[in-house]
Amino acid sequence: MSAQTTRGAIRIDDVVKIYDPEGAAVMAVDHCSLDIEAGEICMIVGPSGCGKTTLLNAIAGFHEITSGRITLDGEVLCSTEKPKAEPGSDRIVVFQNGALFPWKSNLENVAFGPMMAGKLTKAEVKEKALSMMADAGLAGVEHNYPGEVSSGVRRRVEIVRALMNDPKVLLLDEPYRALDSLTKSVMHEALLEIYYKNKVTIFFITHDLEEAIFLGHKVAIMTSRPCKPKKVLTVDIPHPRDYGVLTSKRFRELIEETSDAVHEEAIKAFKAGEKEG
Amino acid sequence: MASKKFNYKSLARGLISIALFIVLWEIGSRSKQWLGADICSPLRGVLAALGFKTAYLPWVGAVPAPTEVVRAWAGVVTDLGYWHSWYMSSSRVAAGFIAAMLIGIPFGLLMAVNRTAYGMGFPVFEVLRPIPPLAWVPASIIFWPTQEMSIAFVTFLGAFYTIVINVVGGARSIDGRFFQAAESMGSSKADIFRRIILPGTLPSIVVGSAVGMGITWEVVVAAEMISGGGSQVGGTGGGGLGFFIWNSYVGGSYEQIVVGMISIGIAGFISSELLRGLGKYVTPWLRLR
Repeated sequence: MSAQTTRGAIRIDDVVKIYDPEGAAVMAVDHCSLDIEAGEICMIVGPSGCGKTTLLNAIAGFHEITSGRITLDGEVLCSTEKPKAEPGSDRIVVFQNGALFPWKSNLENVAFGPMMAGKLTKAEVKEKALSMMADAGLAGVEHNYPGEVSSGVRRRVEIVRALMNDPKVLLLDEPYRALDSLTKSVMHEALLEIYYKNKVTIFFITHDLEEAIFLGHKVAIMTSRPCKPKKVLTVDIPHPRDYGVLTSKRFRELIEETSDAVHEEAIKAFKAGEKEG
Repeated sequence: MASKKFNYKSLARGLISIALFIVLWEIGSRSKQWLGADICSPLRGVLAALGFKTAYLPWVGAVPAPTEVVRAWAGVVTDLGYWHSWYMSSSRVAAGFIAAMLIGIPFGLLMAVNRTAYGMGFPVFEVLRPIPPLAWVPASIIFWPTQEMSIAFVTFLGAFYTIVINVVGGARSIDGRFFQAAESMGSSKADIFRRIILPGTLPSIVVGSAVGMGITWEVVVAAEMISGGGSQVGGTGGGGLGFFIWNSYVGGSYEQIVVGMISIGIAGFISSELLRGLGKYVTPWLRLR
């Protein structure tokens, strides 16, 4: 499905991240390598606090890496020599608890990126924002504030705001974590629908294996702290997908194949948490 | 999206509460006239039996009754001096408050965004902050050329600290993700200041102003009493409401003391309501929570 997309390939190459707050070095990411193809949905699965977000922050340019290299379409984002990437509109993050500006209407939020870029006139930005919101089923909430709409709608607005920047990569950090499972299922289909219209690479962090296999072309199951891929699975269920997939035989088989690996890491993370506590 | 309907029930409750208070006050104040003994006398008897000296116990009958206060009020509403007191106090509050906003907001924002400014400014600020504004009265009378300026200055101090503290706290508690998101979408430093820091701090500015306004009224009244009102002693003109009260006390007109007190209550209420309305207007995203 992603054949026509030629941009947004991420190569994570031997990345190490050591947090050293008070001399007690904590390895968050351990020699992690992962290839994400252009236009691919890559799901990163691991227990909470395993270091997945560290990886996302390195790609986004929010935090430094200790060593290794991350490239986007062959260009170096960050490396041992240049530990922090420049944040840029080619990589937009959709945050765990959402980061829509509460003082701006949904429309103003969606228009924020292009307004900052200044390439389009105000009228053009508004037109583009309205049409993208309508496409994403957000007609009618344009002039509401984010605080006035449901969390599911807010999340969709935030994804549209990200796409307005025409990014190469969308970085999603457990965006549906706070949603109830019914809303979540609606959001999954909505995300796929948006994705089929705007092919971008998606780097999606989650701890929900079913979510990962349902959405992803590729699922990387990460070890718990330090974080690196334990098992990388290619999901051979063809896109476009809908909720029928969840009850299909192949979906169940893939879950069975991977759930042991995920469970193992969850236990490890739990025990590590106990030790710290 | 539902805009709130006017709540008649809560208005009714508010009116009943005020009415009940006035009725009880009237009864307490008049009970000696009516019953030959004030209604607190049984309680006073108990306290006296426990060994308290009755002469030291407060007596509600010493307070003028609401009806007497209203009569006194009717006497002064036609007096230009009374309204001049309103005008004097209000203009002092306005001058001090507006100066506190104009200086406090930029100062607070500067300290919030610039580490050097914070390091240089905050220690001095924190040393001066615990000094009550009223402790500044003598020094400020010496320092400022006119008494009017010294009262306005003390009033300014009352609001200044609260506003600065709220601005600094508000700006510093803005969620880090907003900055990251704005930066990702290509915002410059100036954009971040204008589009993230300013609106993100606005709710705290509103809260700080409301609290600061309350303190301003407390301070102006006391400053007027201490400084002798800043004008001719003995007249009510020019002295402000604080001096109006003090003058009534000196002149033995106890009803007028209460008139002055209630006037300040009303003035404070009006200014709070004005600020609240303004605050709602500038932070529309908080209105519909």
